[in-house]
Amino acid sequence: MGDQIVKNRKVTPVDTSKDLVYRFANKSIPNLERTKAGLEPYSGAWGTVQILHFLRRTTFNPNLDNIAFLKNKTLKQSVELLLNSSSMPEPPVKHYTLDDTELAIGETWINAPYNYGINSGIINNQRKNSLRGWMVDLMLSEGINIREKMTLFWSNHFSTELNEYDDARSGYIINKICRENALGNFKSLVKQITLTPAMLRYLNGYLNSATAPDENYSRELQELFTLGKGPDSKYSEEDVKAAAKVLTGWRINNTVNPQATFYDNSRHDKTNKQFSSFYNNTIIVGKNSSTAGNDELDDLLNMIFAQEEVSKYICRRLYRWFIYYVIDNNAEENVIKPLAKIFRDNNYTIKPVLDALFNSAHFFEFVNIGCQIKNPADLFTTLINQFYVLQPLKIDVVTYYTVWVYYNELITFMGQKLMDPPDVAGWPAYWQSPQYYELWINSVTYPKRVQFSDSMISNNGITRGGFKIVIDPLILVNKLNNPSNPNSLVAELVEYLYPIEISNDQKNFLKNQTLLSGQSNDIYWSDAWNAYKSNPTNAATKKIVTDRLMSLLKYMMSGMSEYQLS
Amino acid sequence: MNRREFIQKTVPVSLLPFFIGGYSVKAFGRSPFLETLISAGTETDHVLVLIQLNGGNDGLNTILPIDQYSNLANARSNILIAENKILKLTDKTGIHPIMSGLKNLYDSGKFTLVQSVGYPNPNFSHFRATDIWLTATDSNVHESSGWVGRYLSDQNEFPDYPTGYPNTVMPDPLAIQIGSVVSSSLQGYNSSMGMAITDPTKFYQFIAGTVDPAPNTPAGHELTYIRQVAQQTNLFAGSIKNAAAKANNKSSLYPMAPDNSLGDQLKIVARLIAGGLKTRIYIVNIGGFDTHSVQAIAGETDTGTHANLLKRLSLAISAFQDDLKLLGAEDRVAGMTFSEFGRRIKSNSSGGTDHGSAAPLFLFGKHVKGGIIGSNPIIPASVTVNDNIPMQYDFRSVYGTVLKNWFGVSTEELKRVLFKDFQILPLFASTGIAEKNELPPHNFVLHQNYPNPFNPNTKIKFNSSGANLTIKIFDMTGREIKTIAEGYYPQGSHEVNFHANGLPSGIYYYRLQSGAFTQMKAMTLIK
Repeated sequence: MGDQIVKNRKVTPVDTSKDLVYRFANKSIPNLERTKAGLEPYSGAWGTVQILHFLRRTTFNPNLDNIAFLKNKTLKQSVELLLNSSSMPEPPVKHYTLDDTELAIGETWINAPYNYGINSGIINNQRKNSLRGWMVDLMLSEGINIREKMTLFWSNHFSTELNEYDDARSGYIINKICRENALGNFKSLVKQITLTPAMLRYLNGYLNSATAPDENYSRELQELFTLGKGPDSKYSEEDVKAAAKVLTGWRINNTVNPQATFYDNSRHDKTNKQFSSFYNNTIIVGKNSSTAGNDELDDLLNMIFAQEEVSKYICRRLYRWFIYYVIDNNAEENVIKPLAKIFRDNNYTIKPVLDALFNSAHFFEFVNIGCQIKNPADLFTTLINQFYVLQPLKIDVVTYYTVWVYYNELITFMGQKLMDPPDVAGWPAYWQSPQYYELWINSVTYPKRVQFSDSMISNNGITRGGFKIVIDPLILVNKLNNPSNPNSLVAELVEYLYPIEISNDQKNFLKNQTLLSGQSNDIYWSDAWNAYKSNPTNAATKKIVTDRLMSLLKYMMSGMSEYQLS
Repeated sequence: MNRREFIQKTVPVSLLPFFIGGYSVKAFGRSPFLETLISAGTETDHVLVLIQLNGGNDGLNTILPIDQYSNLANARSNILIAENKILKLTDKTGIHPIMSGLKNLYDSGKFTLVQSVGYPNPNFSHFRATDIWLTATDSNVHESSGWVGRYLSDQNEFPDYPTGYPNTVMPDPLAIQIGSVVSSSLQGYNSSMGMAITDPTKFYQFIAGTVDPAPNTPAGHELTYIRQVAQQTNLFAGSIKNAAAKANNKSSLYPMAPDNSLGDQLKIVARLIAGGLKTRIYIVNIGGFDTHSVQAIAGETDTGTHANLLKRLSLAISAFQDDLKLLGAEDRVAGMTFSEFGRRIKSNSSGGTDHGSAAPLFLFGKHVKGGIIGSNPIIPASVTVNDNIPMQYDFRSVYGTVLKNWFGVSTEELKRVLFKDFQILPLFASTGIAEKNELPPHNFVLHQNYPNPFNPNTKIKFNSSGANLTIKIFDMTGREIKTIAEGYYPQGSHEVNFHANGLPSGIYYYRLQSGAFTQMKAMTLIK
């Protein structure tokens, strides 16, 4: 048990000594001029650049149709749409052939038992695949709504490792809590997370008792989930110990389906819990009843949430997720503090905070566009969605789940395992100073990113479950405004695929080397395109334009680093 | 702001070292005898440098058929080089006067001219014609893999490339494209067999290890980081950098940048070869050959746009060859030029030429045979705007010869790479791979048809050495009309008939081919 505590608790700083490329990563927080703009409503242009920035940062689907759709809306309307509540998805289902007797393929496993003897582990692994693949599909298919992006945010914020607690059913439950409360009340979310089987197991809460107190969850509740480690977060070691006593008595019942947590008053520490001056020397009075655990937890959360630092810490986390990792004095004063006030004024409801942030001048400042490095989930989903890569029809469960499970493998391959950040602190790209986002890219993951985009824009693509996953460049290019003109074609693609502008020289270079095959006259592309358009089913003329578009897009994605930015 | 300052990773490569069955493929050596036995790869230190002339080079103003001069003058007086200015390679064949460098190489036996290289049923679109040359297919076949890519991936030599590379056997890229986008000729069956190094001036920044600053914004800050990682994670970066550091160009003939981008590219190639890279294929490009108008200056037709292009080509190749010699790498290297097509015989009134078909192709290097393969194209006395030079040699004959006689590819392998058999040409003198590949002694003679002009029947007489041969008819656009003889013909004189039923009036060509022997003559159908 002691080992477990150390393992979860100990956040290993990234070792930059062995990997050659880390020497290029930040040695200190970059001191670049940013902006004084704050939460005042944005009143500038609402064009393709702004809409793309908005969609890239808040959704998984910055495609042409969504851009066109939002062009007919105001920013305010767009944010409303983004933050609309949506109905919860149907749960993940069985797609595997292993025998868990009562389940048919296509039926959900979330309420099914875990124990199938020697096959339990294998079945559980298949369910984990099903869960993660299902999550990828939710991201891919969501459209203009922030729910899945916030679900991912919370699953990173309340980091638990599915492979560690290793029960797909618990994984589904915690993921569902994150999704249902994505824009809801943060305090309520913290309480639900505290008592969910995944977290109770992951941070040993289920072992925490009056006779054998376990501080693991108590510490992370304060240090990672609510207060953070900022200079104004001054809880003490005594507070960690006291909170651990409050949290004693919670157990997991694995014999019911779905799993449940329950409170065992006999394991609860019934003494009074004394907190430090940071908490105004609060005493949480020890109780002794069947509701004591719940009541004392409420007291604990009330005490923690009385600290303004909670609102600031969460707003900083949101800022690093949606805007940039550098929070300079201007951002702290003009964004974090007023945002935190909105958070508190709304009784810790998330939605008004995001509403203010995405309507703000700060969000749309030039310096805040393109300064994120796409995480693997973003890289994957934007590629699939921006190129309109054909998806399996939701007819045959085995086929489409096989494809989704493979999608999850691709995201994992590039360094982001859904439901499984490397430790309790979440993905280091969102907390490890000073490198932050740069940690997504290293000598191992960069070639994998390139390999991913290259394989998508190859002739054969990748086939899974008999379904071919591949970019057909003509689907996208046929939707562009003026593809017969190679200059506007390149310009449109640059604006669509890159968040920052590139020089005209570079655009001409791209055009000449790919669309024009080294020729110097634009008409050769136009002729080829028009020949294809005049007879779109002719394989020969189609191949001529397809090959050149593939060459252009392959270079734009794997040859130019701009593609990695968001 | 410079955004392409480092070498471009184009193929994902895993980090694991890889050994081929635990032994070096070098053990197979280069003996043609062994290759016929085991057909297991062509380990070689030979290098091929491909120079692509983008746009379609005007072959008739590059290599001039002096014996056709008066007919040429009828067809293209506004751009034709004055007869007295032509540099003579032989009495009958000359070269553009600006290309004295290549003339010198020719005189020293390091330059081979192959006349009228093309393919049946030519395509006149840049894109399609380029694709045909790069993929090496018949003109009605659409193929995704390239001929070099097939060569590199069809051997047992580099299994699973790029997975497992670089490794101890092949620490370097198999093929390098100077530029940013890898040529489709390097496309293998599954993945590209080549990598691109960005354009020459930027490349020097790469080998010096510096990166231009990106915009001074947060986005630029992150962009810089990613670029640095991209550069460092190119698994071949180290070997390329080392090779470039080991050798410096020695020739004083190199033209100064930025006047000659081709020279700049070849400078890098020379350095990498001399620096010890095991890379087998290099591809460089020079564009601008699409000279529809004003390709020469009126009254001074040996100057102007086309002359400037040829000057760069000649200077760059001469300097490169000189450099290789000074660097001690001359024995390893052969070069070849190609362009997607030649240009029309008849010039435009605007002083340019439209897209054509067959054109001369050059090979150079210490071990090329030298001289001229083939005969001058025949220029009719009166030429219409659509008339073209007919092909004498299929470009795939040249590719096949290079693969066989320079890289030691077996005949069997060759057929897989080029999809069918092509005649092997006497392009190389001594290579260490094949024996001297002289044109064997023969008694082939192709006589003028009779009657000529004709309507609609004519007879064609020829002498055979006693061999398999074909005689094919082509029209003036290069379209293959008919095969009138095919198969074994015993030694002695033969005669075949040609019936021009249903064909329009005009000039037609008949071409006899047997092994390396090719001869072509023109005939006129008048209805």
